[in-house]
Amino acid sequence: MTDVGELIARTHRAEWARVVATLARRFGDLDIAEEMAAEAFATAVERWPLDGVPPNPGAWLTTTAHRRAIDRIRREARREEKHREALMLSDTPEPLGAIDDDRLRLVFTCCHPALAMETRVALTLRLVGGLTVPEIAHAFLVQETAMGQRITRAKAKIKAARIPYRVPSREDLPARVTGVLAVLYLIFNEGYLASDPGQDAVRGDLTAEAIRLTRLVRALLPADGEVAGLLALMLLTEARRAARVSTSGELVTLGEQDRGAWDRELIAEGHALVRARLATGQAPGRYQILAAINAVHTDARDLRDTDWSQVVALYDQLVRLDPSPIVRLNRAIAVAELDGPEVALAEVDRLPLEGYHAFHATRADLLRRLGRSVQSRAAYDRAIGLAGNTAETAYLIRRRGQLTDLPPTGR
Amino acid sequence: MAQYLVSVLFDSNDLATDEEMAAIDVFNEQLQANGHWVFAGGLASPDTATVIDGRDGQPVFTDGPYLESKEHVAGFWIIEAPDLDVALRLAAQGSKSCNRRVELRPFLGE
Repeated sequence: MTDVGELIARTHRAEWARVVATLARRFGDLDIAEEMAAEAFATAVERWPLDGVPPNPGAWLTTTAHRRAIDRIRREARREEKHREALMLSDTPEPLGAIDDDRLRLVFTCCHPALAMETRVALTLRLVGGLTVPEIAHAFLVQETAMGQRITRAKAKIKAARIPYRVPSREDLPARVTGVLAVLYLIFNEGYLASDPGQDAVRGDLTAEAIRLTRLVRALLPADGEVAGLLALMLLTEARRAARVSTSGELVTLGEQDRGAWDRELIAEGHALVRARLATGQAPGRYQILAAINAVHTDARDLRDTDWSQVVALYDQLVRLDPSPIVRLNRAIAVAELDGPEVALAEVDRLPLEGYHAFHATRADLLRRLGRSVQSRAAYDRAIGLAGNTAETAYLIRRRGQLTDLPPTGR
Repeated sequence: MAQYLVSVLFDSNDLATDEEMAAIDVFNEQLQANGHWVFAGGLASPDTATVIDGRDGQPVFTDGPYLESKEHVAGFWIIEAPDLDVALRLAAQGSKSCNRRVELRPFLGE
């Protein structure tokens, strides 16, 4: 019984997207696809423990969902006394012969740039990831009804505005792949460093889901360097998850982490991906560069053993692609290890990041290392006021408490 | 094929410049040549508008636009496209040609 339950859960993870995607293409309707896929899995939960697991679970689910969909369309057609248009989503010719998978169409539809970012995230988790509406609502601390409405509205817009169910044309493809990766990275980051103080600091469910989805997209777009780069970046980040928050719920910085607790298997997989990308000789995009930076970190025995000149060189490459202040802030953190905190502070102080907690946390740390305790304390105060993540706040408060020079109290 | 309204958004009553008009003409010709053209037009400034309520007995006329807003619709296209991706590409070209932001909205389907 539990074996069947486990098998159904595994089948759900493996087959959900395929069932939804196949139905969406056949019936041109995401509502029908989603509901009938859910019904088929509910039927499996009911029938499989009694009848035994079918030899090909995926095919059984698709067939069951397909039959249900036809029944429902017939019922509705009779009720409305007119035949329902079979295809409501546009089904125009395939632009890319080699890439043809319904799941890929589904991914691109869910991550369409005409939808709001939070909607893309919710739709992707629901239709591609197979998370339930309550699960998604919980993950983003939104009311279930609000999350349900967000997904319903999105499906209505897809239908009314005719967001196509297909892989984008060659000219649109690079920008659209970038859009898909942004959605996946956002899901990962929300799991890795929840922005809301009401959440657990690190949530393995979301990071695992983001990695699973990225693996799927990588299987569908195997030649795309940035997809490989994002997967490597996630794996090398996820590998350090267990070491990242202490037993007392405090964030542990890279330098203080127990590197023995890092996941060697994930690191090996991430390194292999980075090496394979380097071997292509193609110019890397931002995810590949970020993955390479993380590869340097996960290659080192400790902070001092880290090849900081390599890290700074990679950040230089990243700044050329994306000269945003946040990238330059991260570069400055590496510069502090290579050229000292004074040089780094001079760079940090030029950045327009007054409202960003990491800016103040970085300044606080650099000022502390320079022995400027009073200014460091003020920077910690600002960082603590702006930080949302509980583990990070706990870390910052402890570091502030360790400053030796107390400011004059005035009493 | 579906139809979309492309509204041109603008925050002043200045008319299109000669350069903008020339670019719009090129874009219009392209819409016609590729079978996307339905209709297009520029609108006079919002203060020339009259709001009419004819729902109940004698119609009531009110001077001025129904909404005072910073931005208004300065003109529009109605285009025909097989799906939103094509419509988005056309709307982007339209925005570039008239040098203003545009809003894309689908007509109700049958």
